[in-house]
Amino acid sequence: MRQAERRAGLLFCLPWLLGFLLFTAGPILTSIGLSFAWYDVLNRPAFVGLENYTRLLTGDPLFWKSLANTLYITVVGVPLGVLTGLSLAMLLNLNVRGLTWYRTIYYLPSIVPVVASSILWTWILNPQFGLLNAALQGMGINGPSWLASETWAKPGIILMGLWGSGSTMLIYLAGLKGIPRHLYESAEVDGANRWRRFIHITIPMLTPTLFFTTTMGIIGSFQVFTQAYVMTGGGPVDSTLFYVYYLFNNAFGYLRMGYASAQAWVLFVIILAVTLLQLKMARHWVYYEVEAR
Amino acid sequence: MKQIIPHIVLGIGALVFFFPFAWLVSTSLKPDHQIFVFPPVLFPHPVRWENFRLVFEYIPFFRLIGNTVLVTGLNITGTLLSCSLVAYSFARLRWPGRDTLFVVMLSTMMLPAQVTMIPIYLLFARLGWVDTFKPLWVPSLFGSAFHIFLLRQFLLTIPRELEEAALVDGAGYFNIYRTIMLPLIKPALATVAIFTFMANWNDFLHPLIYLNSLDRMTLAIGLRLLQATHGSEWGLLMAASTMMTVPVVIVFFFTQRYFIQGITLTGLKG
Repeated sequence: MRQAERRAGLLFCLPWLLGFLLFTAGPILTSIGLSFAWYDVLNRPAFVGLENYTRLLTGDPLFWKSLANTLYITVVGVPLGVLTGLSLAMLLNLNVRGLTWYRTIYYLPSIVPVVASSILWTWILNPQFGLLNAALQGMGINGPSWLASETWAKPGIILMGLWGSGSTMLIYLAGLKGIPRHLYESAEVDGANRWRRFIHITIPMLTPTLFFTTTMGIIGSFQVFTQAYVMTGGGPVDSTLFYVYYLFNNAFGYLRMGYASAQAWVLFVIILAVTLLQLKMARHWVYYEVEAR
Repeated sequence: MKQIIPHIVLGIGALVFFFPFAWLVSTSLKPDHQIFVFPPVLFPHPVRWENFRLVFEYIPFFRLIGNTVLVTGLNITGTLLSCSLVAYSFARLRWPGRDTLFVVMLSTMMLPAQVTMIPIYLLFARLGWVDTFKPLWVPSLFGSAFHIFLLRQFLLTIPRELEEAALVDGAGYFNIYRTIMLPLIKPALATVAIFTFMANWNDFLHPLIYLNSLDRMTLAIGLRLLQATHGSEWGLLMAASTMMTVPVVIVFFFTQRYFIQGITLTGLKG
């Protein structure tokens, strides 16, 4: 009987195990190898030692530019996304009538296919005839030229991202609903006003959710690609050439497979470092209730 | 009275979030002379359906939607079969090395897809699979860590007695998986199916890398092609974007519960 269970266990796990060897473990080894080689697909890979890495870090201004662009949308975009999602969730958590309607409207943009929303937003951000500049005009502001401007292209892409805050909102909403009512009730008895209840109950109880969403947000932001590819093609003047976009260009545009592999490993190290740093900091600000089981 | 201020704020917010949709549909129905005007007009007059007809003229839209449905369908089937079976093995069966492999599986989720993207491409290219659908769906047969994890969490909550009774009756493990476990985790399977649907319907990078011929493209790539060739015909582009979005919205309205449950779970389990 135990024998049969063992055999079944291993057998049923086999799809993943094979997939792991074929699509994860194997490629990891290949990718490490390639990152030390020059490979253009047409000719055999040539071993070049650390050259890809040294060139990337010391001799490639575009690499640094793409990294800076990525940091920009991360540092600006992620907090704005958290703020938008959290504000919407807080408002929805007031139990107003028509909650499901509001929830649907706020959530819907986040399921629009990225290509479609990118094309839509290219049109919304159109400097001459776009919706956004028309709205700004209505408020007496002369809108910038958005995607055509080196300064405003990134904010334009961030703005479009905020339109899709609906799924983070849902996560916060679930987090808010999970806060036990009695905490608020006893705080009210103790005379804590709305603001103090928010600061001393809502925020601490929500920190695990905040931690999760910021971590995922940062990782996602480091991998932005489609929006830039469709909306700006990386321009103007490489101002929206993000990390993964440049990696994609190296790999599939210029067929520098080895160089792009090195770039992928640097990305891995960056994401790993950021995540570890977050975990380390989490100890100081994330509040985990002792689980009673 | 207390309700009024939240309603005002929520209402304005809803308007802001909804407006791009209105703008999408309204532009798709406008003739050029109403598109290139400032300030913009919201209601098209006269309504021009021509934009939608032109989409079918410029790209083989039915073909593309067929391709997308095929790839998405294969992925959903593959993912459900493989992930549920593996999850069952991780959650309910005891075998040596299980826990180690489970940790290995969890840690693969940390690896950015870009690391394995190039070697996998080279592998598929060597197999002669470029410009076929295979690179887009065959991997789904091998499961995905995130979905396996999600299903495992569900399977863990099923009481032992159920399968023990079946074992006493002489049922095999595959039968237990098929007749006891699968029916019990239907809601979780629905969530996984929806996630897979969304991921594949929206996927841009993989079709971009693997597909070249027009009649093999998916909608996402077809839409991009239309943008590249008719970049300033906004009525046309909005019509095509609308047509790509509508199926997602329909699926959403029919399966809302699972959408929301899925996202909520992701947040809580993470």
